Amino acid sequence: MIVEVFNEIVSMLSYVIPVMIALMIVALGGLFSERSGTINIALEGIMVMGGFIGAMILYVLLNHTELHIQLSVFIALIVGALSGMAFSFFHAFASVRMKSNQIISATALNLFAASVGVFVARTVFGYRRINVDESYRIDVPILSEIPILGDLLFKNAFLSTYLGIIILIAVIIILYRTRFGLRLRSCGENPHAADSLGIDVGRMRYAGVLISGLLAGLGGAVFVIAFQNRFESDVRGFGFLALALLISGQWRPQRIFVISILFALMRVIAARSDSIMGIQAIDIPTEVFRMLPYLLTIAVLAFTSKTSKAPEALGEPYDTGKR
Amino acid sequence: MKNILDTLFKPFRALGSLFGKIPWKTLANWVLVPFVLTGRLLVKLKRKIGATAFGQRLDKRWMKILTWSGEKPESINVASSLIAVFLGLLFGFVVMLVVDPSNAVSGFFTILFGPFQQGMRSVGDTIFYAVPIILTGLSVAFAFRTGLFNIGASGQLYVGAFVAVYIGVQWDFLGPTHWIVACIGAILAGAAWGAIPGLLKAFRNVHEVVVSIMLNYVSIYLVNLLVRSFIFNPTLNRALGPESSAHIPTLFLDNLFPRSSINIGIFITLAAVFLFHVLLNRTVFGYELKSVGLNREAARYAGMKEKRNITLSMTIAGGIAGLAGAMMFLVPGTYIRIVDVPLEQGFTGIAIALLGLSAPFGVLIAGLFYGGINRGGYFAQSLYREEIVNVIIAVIIYFSALSLFTKQVIAKYIRKRTKKDVQLQESKGDVG
Repeated sequence: MIVEVFNEIVSMLSYVIPVMIALMIVALGGLFSERSGTINIALEGIMVMGGFIGAMILYVLLNHTELHIQLSVFIALIVGALSGMAFSFFHAFASVRMKSNQIISATALNLFAASVGVFVARTVFGYRRINVDESYRIDVPILSEIPILGDLLFKNAFLSTYLGIIILIAVIIILYRTRFGLRLRSCGENPHAADSLGIDVGRMRYAGVLISGLLAGLGGAVFVIAFQNRFESDVRGFGFLALALLISGQWRPQRIFVISILFALMRVIAARSDSIMGIQAIDIPTEVFRMLPYLLTIAVLAFTSKTSKAPEALGEPYDTGKR
Repeated sequence: MKNILDTLFKPFRALGSLFGKIPWKTLANWVLVPFVLTGRLLVKLKRKIGATAFGQRLDKRWMKILTWSGEKPESINVASSLIAVFLGLLFGFVVMLVVDPSNAVSGFFTILFGPFQQGMRSVGDTIFYAVPIILTGLSVAFAFRTGLFNIGASGQLYVGAFVAVYIGVQWDFLGPTHWIVACIGAILAGAAWGAIPGLLKAFRNVHEVVVSIMLNYVSIYLVNLLVRSFIFNPTLNRALGPESSAHIPTLFLDNLFPRSSINIGIFITLAAVFLFHVLLNRTVFGYELKSVGLNREAARYAGMKEKRNITLSMTIAGGIAGLAGAMMFLVPGTYIRIVDVPLEQGFTGIAIALLGLSAPFGVLIAGLFYGGINRGGYFAQSLYREEIVNVIIAVIIYFSALSLFTKQVIAKYIRKRTKKDVQLQESKGDVG
């Protein structure tokens, strides 16, 4: 009995972890943008762009070259990330350089990515979708023999899982242990003070948005490869879910990590409720699990409004004249 | 660390400086000429008509409506909208050239003249497709005018649509009032959905954009759940269609526009446009709503109930979006489907509100324009995938976001040509 329950949990977690990694990477991307003071609700669109270009590259590599599958995946992830970065440049240009409304330009990016993805996929491939249906799971030799931990992390794992863990650690270090991180955060809290100390606010915000584009693009590619196995016109609202995660995590990477597990669990329960005995027994509609992360975020917003840890200058274009 | 980042950003910085180096202003000078002239022509036309005896008989208010109000800064705003449209279309044309150069010109004109492909039929269809977009545009514009950003029109529309269809399917005892009750239900549902971010903004000071985005997704899953529980058609995996008594009536319009889908939704929309205008510009209540939007603290100091007004603004905006939901789904052949991304109409509404400068009649015109190119995309399908229209719309939104910059360029241009000082006016859409 205990073994069965344990196996159930392990098989469940093997679905949760890829989802969690994709969400976490994107939310950490959003973190960079928002800690530098620029709202980035274009995460969804950037994810679509990264996922779309990543899927195209992977499709070409799988079908027209003899590259090793994991190498192809790696290249697709990198290209997806870079295309997300390039795409986010337009948001940075509008919101930092042109000081325009950050929500409007981000909305434009969301709409653009969604329609361009489908437009190009249909023009080139004839369908709305790009299939990259392969098994990308890997077993790490030796390490996968470790009991429990080996089953969770090293057996049937995705390359992106390790990438995600590395990124989490790197983000914490960059944000809290480097000069760049301190400067970035200062631009989000009090850009005028930062400017008076000689920090180039515009440049820091450019950096923030571009890094968020890099990570969101990567997250999009991870989503396509590790979760959906195909690109299909959108990323199922994961970009906005990551935004919810960022807010629920109160703009702190450690909390984002913890809450990402919860959000991913909800998503997996919703997707696989028919195969989980416990859920079947209590008979809760799957939509409830899909709704919960968003409701939780609204609740967090409503009840922490007085003690919110949001960056002080979030959403305000930096205007030297307002000093 | 710094070095790595530096090398990482180098290409982008280069791209950024390249963007800066392009002689935007010289380019703009040439591109702008027709638009500034059009904008000015509108203003002049208004003055010409206003000077005649006929014009003077018309109330000044009505003249304002006809030309989107006539001060010079306004004509600059109009010109900046036209430029955004022009650049969006230009981008679309370039994309079409890249995809298939041989058909680009014909495809482009098919999209541009979409409403006239099949005579009255396609004109009727254009109006039909424009109706929900105009309403969501009005919803977003109403929020803009009261200092709020309603990015949740999509969710409000969807909730409204569900209630409308639910009433349309279940309450067939209502007879001829069936569709009216369904529409009212949709308005109430949308209003309730819009009230949530309004309340949270007013009482907990939570940014309405974030709450609205979250509610967009909540609405999708909630509607999926409710559709599955109450009005589901399992064989086709979608909601049941409303009874024919709940369809928006066509009245005489189906004779005027034979074989098109048009219905009296356009009259309801025109009424909404008119009410929007009267409420905001001619009533104390509207004045209060605008004041709170401009400066919450000042409005409270002047004795206005700012919390009540913020909540009501969002509630009204939500109600308009809910009505759009009824207009979309209380027609034959359209069904609520089980989806997991928000309806695009809510976001297109943002584009329409920006293009229409958040003025009711501007929104009406921008919405009809959207309906037109949307139909055009449909007719151009054999040449290009119809998503091209959304690509164009996205580029238009992007350049609307840059409108402040465009306006500065235009103002500079006018200053140079006429040697007169030009006052720039904050467009009502420039919030935040």
